[in-house]
Amino acid sequence: MTYNFTVSPDFNPSYLSGWFIFNTWLQRRTSEAFHLELYDDFDSQRQAIAADKFDLIYANPYDASVLVREKGFLPVACPAQKSDEAVIAVPHDSEVGQVEDLSPGLRVSATRDPDVSMMCMIMLEPADLNRDNIVPKTCDSYVLVAKDLVRGQADAGFFLEETYNKLSRVVRSQLRPLVQSRIQVIHHVLLVGPGLLHRHEDIQQALLAMNDTPAGQGLLESLDFTGWEKVAPEDTEFMIDLMDTLET
Amino acid sequence: MDDMSVTDVVDDGREVTLNYYDGSCRTVLVTDIETPLPDGRLIVSRTDPSGIITHVNDSFVTMSGFAREELIGVPHYILRHPDMPSVAFQGLWETVLAGKKWHGYVKNLRKDGGYYWVYATVIPNIRHNKVVGYTSVRRKPSRRKVEEAQAFYRTML
Repeated sequence: MTYNFTVSPDFNPSYLSGWFIFNTWLQRRTSEAFHLELYDDFDSQRQAIAADKFDLIYANPYDASVLVREKGFLPVACPAQKSDEAVIAVPHDSEVGQVEDLSPGLRVSATRDPDVSMMCMIMLEPADLNRDNIVPKTCDSYVLVAKDLVRGQADAGFFLEETYNKLSRVVRSQLRPLVQSRIQVIHHVLLVGPGLLHRHEDIQQALLAMNDTPAGQGLLESLDFTGWEKVAPEDTEFMIDLMDTLET
Repeated sequence: MDDMSVTDVVDDGREVTLNYYDGSCRTVLVTDIETPLPDGRLIVSRTDPSGIITHVNDSFVTMSGFAREELIGVPHYILRHPDMPSVAFQGLWETVLAGKKWHGYVKNLRKDGGYYWVYATVIPNIRHNKVVGYTSVRRKPSRRKVEEAQAFYRTML
Protein backbone atom coordinates (compact mmCIF):
# COMPACT_ATOMS: atom_id res chain seq x y z
CA MET A 1 0.00 0.00 0.00
CA THR A 2 1.23 3.49 -0.81
CA TYR A 3 0.54 6.30 1.62
CA ASN A 4 0.10 9.86 0.38
CA PHE A 5 2.15 12.69 1.84
CA THR A 6 1.88 16.42 1.21
CA VAL A 7 3.48 19.62 2.47
CA SER A 8 1.83 22.98 3.10
CA PRO A 9 2.39 25.09 -0.05
CA ASP A 10 4.00 27.91 1.92
CA PHE A 11 7.41 26.21 2.11
CA ASN A 12 10.34 28.11 0.68
CA PRO A 13 10.95 26.89 -2.93
CA SER A 14 14.68 26.68 -2.11
CA TYR A 15 13.87 23.64 0.03
CA LEU A 16 11.74 21.81 -2.54
CA SER A 17 14.36 19.09 -3.11
CA GLY A 18 14.69 18.69 0.67
CA TRP A 19 11.12 17.45 0.93
CA PHE A 20 11.72 14.82 -1.77
CA ILE A 21 14.85 13.65 0.06
CA PHE A 22 12.82 13.57 3.29
CA ASN A 23 10.19 11.41 1.58
CA THR A 24 12.86 8.93 0.45
CA TRP A 25 14.39 8.87 3.94
CA LEU A 26 10.96 8.26 5.51
CA GLN A 27 10.30 5.32 3.19
CA ARG A 28 13.61 3.74 4.15
CA ARG A 29 13.08 4.29 7.85
CA THR A 30 9.53 2.95 7.94
CA SER A 31 9.68 0.40 5.10
CA GLU A 32 6.44 1.90 3.87
CA ALA A 33 5.80 3.44 0.46
CA PHE A 34 5.03 7.16 0.50
CA HIS A 35 4.02 9.27 -2.48
CA LEU A 36 4.87 12.96 -2.03
CA GLU A 37 2.52 15.34 -3.77
CA LEU A 38 3.22 19.07 -3.65
CA TYR A 39 0.85 21.90 -4.52
CA ASP A 40 1.45 25.42 -5.78
CA ASP A 41 -1.60 26.81 -4.08
CA PHE A 42 -3.63 26.35 -0.90
CA ASP A 43 -7.01 25.89 -2.60
CA SER A 44 -6.01 22.82 -4.63
CA GLN A 45 -4.39 21.23 -1.61
CA ARG A 46 -7.45 21.91 0.54
CA GLN A 47 -9.69 20.23 -2.00
CA ALA A 48 -7.45 17.16 -1.88
CA ILE A 49 -7.47 17.25 1.93
CA ALA A 50 -11.26 17.52 1.91
CA ALA A 51 -11.35 14.41 -0.29
CA ASP A 52 -9.29 12.54 2.37
CA LYS A 53 -6.45 12.01 -0.08
CA PHE A 54 -3.58 12.23 2.42
CA ASP A 55 -2.20 10.12 5.24
CA LEU A 56 0.71 12.33 6.24
CA ILE A 57 0.72 16.14 6.11
CA TYR A 58 3.23 18.79 7.05
CA ALA A 59 0.52 21.32 7.80
CA ASN A 60 0.39 25.01 8.46
CA PRO A 61 -1.38 25.93 11.73
CA TYR A 62 -4.55 26.96 9.93
CA ASP A 63 -5.00 23.61 8.17
CA ALA A 64 -3.83 21.70 11.26
CA SER A 65 -6.96 22.90 12.97
CA VAL A 66 -9.25 21.23 10.44
CA LEU A 67 -7.10 18.11 10.17
CA VAL A 68 -7.01 17.47 13.93
CA ARG A 69 -10.53 18.49 14.91
CA GLU A 70 -12.45 17.30 11.86
CA LYS A 71 -10.35 14.65 10.16
CA GLY A 72 -8.90 12.71 13.09
CA PHE A 73 -5.24 13.49 12.39
CA LEU A 74 -2.71 13.27 15.23
CA PRO A 75 0.38 15.46 15.66
CA VAL A 76 3.79 13.81 15.40
CA ALA A 77 6.44 16.51 15.56
CA CYS A 78 7.22 20.10 14.67
CA PRO A 79 10.47 21.73 13.59
CA ALA A 80 12.59 22.58 16.63
CA GLN A 81 12.75 26.25 17.64
CA LYS A 82 10.84 27.39 14.60
CA SER A 83 7.61 29.28 15.13
CA ASP A 84 5.58 30.93 12.40
CA GLU A 85 5.97 34.68 12.52
CA ALA A 86 4.89 37.35 10.05
CA VAL A 87 6.29 40.64 8.79
CA ILE A 88 4.52 43.66 7.34
CA ALA A 89 7.02 45.41 5.09
CA VAL A 90 6.83 48.77 3.33
CA PRO A 91 8.98 50.29 0.56
CA HIS A 92 12.29 51.47 2.00
CA ASP A 93 11.52 55.12 1.23
CA SER A 94 7.97 54.97 2.62
CA GLU A 95 7.04 57.84 4.91
CA VAL A 96 5.25 55.41 7.21
CA GLY A 97 7.17 55.03 10.45
CA GLN A 98 4.79 52.93 12.53
CA VAL A 99 1.58 50.94 12.15
CA GLU A 100 -0.56 53.82 13.47
CA ASP A 101 0.60 55.95 10.50
CA LEU A 102 -1.24 53.65 8.07
CA SER A 103 -4.67 54.75 6.91
CA PRO A 104 -7.75 53.34 5.13
CA GLY A 105 -7.26 52.68 1.44
CA LEU A 106 -3.90 51.04 2.15
CA ARG A 107 -2.84 48.92 -0.84
CA VAL A 108 -1.75 45.55 0.54
CA SER A 109 -0.10 42.75 -1.41
CA ALA A 110 -0.16 39.28 0.11
CA THR A 111 -0.07 35.61 -0.82
CA ARG A 112 -2.93 33.23 -0.02
CA ASP A 113 -1.06 31.98 3.07
CA PRO A 114 -3.89 32.01 5.64
CA ASP A 115 -1.71 32.17 8.77
CA VAL A 116 0.35 35.07 7.53
CA SER A 117 -2.73 36.98 6.43
CA MET A 118 -4.37 36.45 9.79
CA MET A 119 -1.29 37.52 11.76
CA CYS A 120 -0.71 40.58 9.57
CA MET A 121 -4.34 41.71 9.71
CA ILE A 122 -4.09 41.56 13.52
CA MET A 123 -0.97 43.71 13.35
CA LEU A 124 -2.95 46.31 11.34
CA GLU A 125 -5.65 46.62 14.01
CA PRO A 126 -3.90 49.40 15.99
CA ALA A 127 -4.38 51.55 12.86
CA ASP A 128 -8.10 50.64 12.75
CA LEU A 129 -7.54 48.79 9.49
CA ASN A 130 -9.47 45.69 8.54
CA ARG A 131 -10.43 43.75 5.42
CA ASP A 132 -13.18 46.25 4.65
CA ASN A 133 -11.00 49.36 4.47
CA ILE A 134 -7.80 48.12 2.79
CA VAL A 135 -7.25 47.40 -0.90
CA PRO A 136 -5.95 43.82 -1.02
CA LYS A 137 -4.10 42.19 -3.89
CA THR A 138 -3.29 38.49 -3.97
CA CYS A 139 0.07 37.36 -5.37
CA ASP A 140 1.24 33.84 -6.20
CA SER A 141 4.50 34.15 -4.25
CA TYR A 142 6.31 36.27 -1.69
CA VAL A 143 8.76 37.38 -4.38
CA LEU A 144 5.84 38.92 -6.26
CA VAL A 145 4.67 40.65 -3.06
CA ALA A 146 8.16 42.15 -2.76
CA LYS A 147 8.06 43.22 -6.41
CA ASP A 148 4.79 45.07 -5.86
CA LEU A 149 6.40 47.04 -3.05
CA VAL A 150 9.55 47.79 -5.04
CA ARG A 151 7.52 48.95 -8.05
CA GLY A 152 5.28 51.16 -5.91
CA GLN A 153 2.24 49.02 -6.69
CA ALA A 154 1.59 48.32 -3.00
CA ASP A 155 1.95 50.37 0.18
CA ALA A 156 2.47 47.33 2.41
CA GLY A 157 3.22 43.65 1.92
CA PHE A 158 2.53 40.61 4.11
CA PHE A 159 5.35 38.08 4.47
CA LEU A 160 6.17 34.92 6.39
CA GLU A 161 9.16 36.13 8.38
CA GLU A 162 11.54 33.36 7.38
CA THR A 163 10.69 33.95 3.72
CA TYR A 164 11.20 37.69 4.09
CA ASN A 165 14.62 37.07 5.63
CA LYS A 166 15.56 34.88 2.67
CA LEU A 167 14.70 37.45 0.00
CA SER A 168 17.81 38.55 -1.87
CA ARG A 169 19.89 41.29 -0.29
CA VAL A 170 19.12 43.56 -3.26
CA VAL A 171 15.38 43.15 -2.80
CA ARG A 172 15.51 43.54 0.98
CA SER A 173 17.53 46.74 0.63
CA GLN A 174 14.53 48.26 -1.13
CA LEU A 175 12.11 47.24 1.62
CA ARG A 176 11.72 47.96 5.32
CA PRO A 177 10.01 45.79 7.96
CA LEU A 178 7.34 47.95 9.59
CA VAL A 179 6.26 45.43 12.20
CA GLN A 180 7.14 41.83 13.01
CA SER A 181 5.00 39.42 15.00
CA ARG A 182 6.32 37.74 18.14
CA ILE A 183 3.61 35.20 18.80
CA GLN A 184 6.01 32.32 19.56
CA VAL A 185 3.43 29.54 19.85
CA ILE A 186 2.16 29.05 16.29
CA HIS A 187 4.05 26.59 14.14
CA HIS A 188 3.77 24.05 11.34
CA VAL A 189 3.29 20.47 12.43
CA LEU A 190 3.63 17.02 10.86
CA LEU A 191 0.36 15.11 11.25
CA VAL A 192 -0.61 11.50 10.56
CA GLY A 193 -4.08 10.62 9.38
CA PRO A 194 -6.38 7.84 10.54
CA GLY A 195 -5.00 5.38 7.97
CA LEU A 196 -1.45 5.73 9.27
CA LEU A 197 -2.01 6.03 13.02
CA HIS A 198 -0.54 2.56 13.59
CA ARG A 199 2.88 3.95 12.51
CA HIS A 200 2.60 7.17 14.55
CA GLU A 201 5.14 6.17 17.18
CA ASP A 202 7.63 4.74 14.66
CA ILE A 203 7.55 7.92 12.58
CA GLN A 204 7.86 10.08 15.69
CA GLN A 205 10.88 8.15 16.98
CA ALA A 206 12.57 8.28 13.58
CA LEU A 207 12.11 12.05 13.38
CA LEU A 208 13.34 12.69 16.90
CA ALA A 209 16.48 10.62 16.16
CA MET A 210 17.15 12.40 12.85
CA ASN A 211 19.73 14.66 14.43
CA ASP A 212 21.77 11.68 15.69
CA THR A 213 23.47 10.87 12.39
CA PRO A 214 25.41 12.98 9.88
CA ALA A 215 23.00 11.87 7.13
CA GLY A 216 20.02 12.96 9.22
CA GLN A 217 21.67 16.27 10.02
CA GLY A 218 22.28 16.84 6.30
CA LEU A 219 18.62 16.13 5.60
CA LEU A 220 17.52 18.56 8.31
CA GLU A 221 19.74 21.18 6.74
CA SER A 222 18.12 20.57 3.36
CA LEU A 223 14.78 21.44 5.02
CA ASP A 224 16.24 24.41 6.91
CA PHE A 225 15.41 22.67 10.20
CA THR A 226 17.68 22.19 13.20
CA GLY A 227 15.73 19.14 14.42
CA TRP A 228 12.27 17.90 15.26
CA GLU A 229 10.42 18.31 18.54
CA LYS A 230 7.80 15.90 19.81
CA VAL A 231 4.30 17.35 19.76
CA ALA A 232 1.68 15.96 22.11
CA PRO A 233 -1.99 16.08 21.08
CA GLU A 234 -2.69 18.67 23.81
CA ASP A 235 0.09 20.92 22.44
CA THR A 236 -1.70 21.03 19.11
CA GLU A 237 -5.10 21.46 20.74
CA PHE A 238 -3.66 24.48 22.57
CA MET A 239 -2.37 25.94 19.32
CA ILE A 240 -5.73 25.37 17.65
CA ASP A 241 -7.55 27.08 20.55
CA LEU A 242 -5.17 29.96 20.16
CA MET A 243 -5.83 30.16 16.42
CA ASP A 244 -9.55 30.21 17.23
CA THR A 245 -9.09 33.24 19.45
CA LEU A 246 -7.35 35.07 16.62
CA GLU A 247 -10.12 34.60 14.09
CA THR A 248 -12.35 37.62 14.26
CA MET B 1 -3.79 36.86 46.93
CA ASP B 2 -1.73 39.53 48.72
CA ASP B 3 -2.42 43.27 48.65
CA MET B 4 -0.14 45.33 46.43
CA SER B 5 3.01 46.61 48.06
CA VAL B 6 4.09 50.26 48.02
CA THR B 7 7.61 49.12 47.13
CA ASP B 8 6.32 47.60 43.86
CA VAL B 9 4.57 50.75 42.74
CA VAL B 10 6.21 53.37 40.58
CA ASP B 11 5.15 56.93 41.44
CA ASP B 12 2.45 57.71 44.03
CA GLY B 13 -0.45 55.35 43.62
CA ARG B 14 -4.04 55.89 44.73
CA GLU B 15 -5.29 53.12 46.96
CA VAL B 16 -8.38 51.19 45.89
CA THR B 17 -9.97 48.08 47.39
CA LEU B 18 -11.23 45.62 44.82
CA ASN B 19 -13.96 43.13 45.68
CA TYR B 20 -13.85 40.00 43.54
CA TYR B 21 -16.73 37.76 42.51
CA ASP B 22 -15.50 34.93 44.76
CA GLY B 23 -15.94 37.10 47.87
CA SER B 24 -12.26 37.92 48.34
CA CYS B 25 -10.87 41.43 48.23
CA ARG B 26 -7.52 43.08 47.65
CA THR B 27 -6.09 46.54 48.11
CA VAL B 28 -4.32 47.81 45.00
CA LEU B 29 -2.30 50.94 44.28
CA VAL B 30 -3.02 52.55 40.94
CA THR B 31 -1.01 55.06 38.93
CA ASP B 32 -1.72 56.84 35.64
CA ILE B 33 1.33 55.38 33.92
CA GLU B 34 0.44 53.49 30.73
CA THR B 35 2.68 50.83 29.20
CA PRO B 36 1.50 50.27 25.61
CA LEU B 37 1.58 46.73 24.26
CA PRO B 38 4.34 46.70 21.63
CA ASP B 39 3.28 46.12 18.01
CA GLY B 40 3.26 42.49 16.90
CA ARG B 41 3.07 41.03 20.41
CA LEU B 42 0.31 38.76 21.66
CA ILE B 43 -0.32 38.10 25.33
CA VAL B 44 -1.36 34.49 25.86
CA SER B 45 -2.59 32.76 28.98
CA ARG B 46 -4.57 29.72 30.00
CA THR B 47 -6.57 29.07 33.10
CA ASP B 48 -8.29 26.09 34.65
CA PRO B 49 -12.10 26.06 34.65
CA SER B 50 -12.20 28.23 37.78
CA GLY B 51 -10.00 30.97 36.31
CA ILE B 52 -6.72 30.02 38.00
CA ILE B 53 -3.73 30.75 35.72
CA THR B 54 -1.95 27.64 34.45
CA HIS B 55 0.14 29.06 31.58
CA VAL B 56 1.47 32.48 30.56
CA ASN B 57 3.73 33.44 27.69
CA ASP B 58 6.71 35.80 27.84
CA SER B 59 4.65 38.80 26.69
CA PHE B 60 2.22 38.22 29.56
CA VAL B 61 5.08 38.24 32.05
CA THR B 62 6.66 41.37 30.55
CA MET B 63 3.46 43.37 30.30
CA SER B 64 2.05 42.41 33.70
CA GLY B 65 5.29 43.19 35.54
CA PHE B 66 4.93 40.01 37.61
CA ALA B 67 7.38 37.12 37.60
CA ARG B 68 6.05 33.94 35.99
CA GLU B 69 6.04 32.13 39.35
CA GLU B 70 3.91 34.92 40.85
CA LEU B 71 1.29 34.36 38.15
CA ILE B 72 0.94 30.59 37.93
CA GLY B 73 -1.64 29.34 40.42
CA VAL B 74 -3.34 32.68 41.11
CA PRO B 75 -6.73 33.89 39.81
CA HIS B 76 -6.63 35.71 36.47
CA TYR B 77 -8.31 38.66 38.20
CA ILE B 78 -4.88 39.58 39.59
CA LEU B 79 -4.83 41.85 36.50
CA ARG B 80 -8.16 43.49 37.17
CA HIS B 81 -8.00 47.27 37.10
CA PRO B 82 -10.44 49.27 39.26
CA ASP B 83 -11.46 51.31 36.19
CA MET B 84 -12.98 48.14 34.71
CA PRO B 85 -16.65 47.66 35.64
CA SER B 86 -17.35 44.29 37.21
CA VAL B 87 -20.30 43.84 34.85
CA ALA B 88 -17.83 43.52 31.96
CA PHE B 89 -16.30 40.44 33.55
CA GLN B 90 -19.72 39.11 34.44
CA GLY B 91 -20.49 39.23 30.71
CA LEU B 92 -17.22 37.45 29.98
CA TRP B 93 -18.00 34.59 32.32
CA GLU B 94 -21.59 34.25 31.13
CA THR B 95 -20.36 34.03 27.54
CA VAL B 96 -17.59 31.48 28.06
CA LEU B 97 -19.71 29.38 30.43
CA ALA B 98 -22.21 29.15 27.57
CA GLY B 99 -19.34 27.68 25.48
CA LYS B 100 -18.94 30.80 23.34
CA LYS B 101 -16.04 33.08 22.43
CA TRP B 102 -15.83 36.44 24.24
CA HIS B 103 -14.21 39.62 22.89
CA GLY B 104 -13.69 42.90 24.64
CA TYR B 105 -11.44 45.84 25.36
CA VAL B 106 -9.80 45.55 28.75
CA LYS B 107 -7.69 47.84 30.91
CA ASN B 108 -5.31 45.63 32.85
CA LEU B 109 -3.46 46.46 36.06
CA ARG B 110 0.29 45.96 36.24
CA LYS B 111 2.20 44.92 39.33
CA ASP B 112 3.75 48.42 39.46
CA GLY B 113 0.31 50.08 39.60
CA GLY B 114 0.38 51.17 35.95
CA TYR B 115 -1.90 49.85 33.25
CA TYR B 116 -2.11 48.60 29.66
CA TRP B 117 -5.05 48.32 27.28
CA VAL B 118 -5.71 45.19 25.25
CA TYR B 119 -8.30 43.72 22.94
CA ALA B 120 -8.94 40.38 24.61
CA THR B 121 -10.47 37.18 23.30
CA VAL B 122 -11.34 34.28 25.60
CA ILE B 123 -12.45 30.84 24.47
CA PRO B 124 -13.32 27.71 26.39
CA ASN B 125 -10.92 24.77 25.85
CA ILE B 126 -13.24 21.89 25.09
CA ARG B 127 -11.87 18.34 25.21
CA HIS B 128 -14.18 15.34 24.82
CA ASN B 129 -17.19 17.65 25.24
CA LYS B 130 -15.89 18.97 28.58
CA VAL B 131 -14.50 22.43 29.38
CA VAL B 132 -11.00 21.86 30.76
CA GLY B 133 -9.98 25.51 30.92
CA TYR B 134 -9.91 28.79 29.05
CA THR B 135 -7.42 30.36 26.64
CA SER B 136 -7.10 34.12 26.51
CA VAL B 137 -5.21 36.04 23.85
CA ARG B 138 -4.76 39.78 24.07
CA ARG B 139 -3.60 42.07 21.28
CA LYS B 140 -2.95 45.75 20.73
CA PRO B 141 -6.10 47.81 20.20
CA SER B 142 -6.36 51.06 18.27
CA ARG B 143 -6.36 54.31 20.25
CA ARG B 144 -9.84 55.12 18.96
CA LYS B 145 -11.22 51.83 20.30
CA VAL B 146 -9.54 52.42 23.67
CA GLU B 147 -11.08 55.86 23.96
CA GLU B 148 -14.52 54.47 23.09
CA ALA B 149 -14.14 51.68 25.65
CA GLN B 150 -12.93 54.12 28.31
CA ALA B 151 -15.95 56.36 27.81
CA PHE B 152 -18.32 53.39 27.84
CA TYR B 153 -16.86 51.80 30.97
CA ARG B 154 -17.04 55.11 32.84
CA THR B 155 -20.82 55.01 32.45
CA MET B 156 -20.92 51.52 33.98
CA LEU B 157 -18.90 52.18 37.13
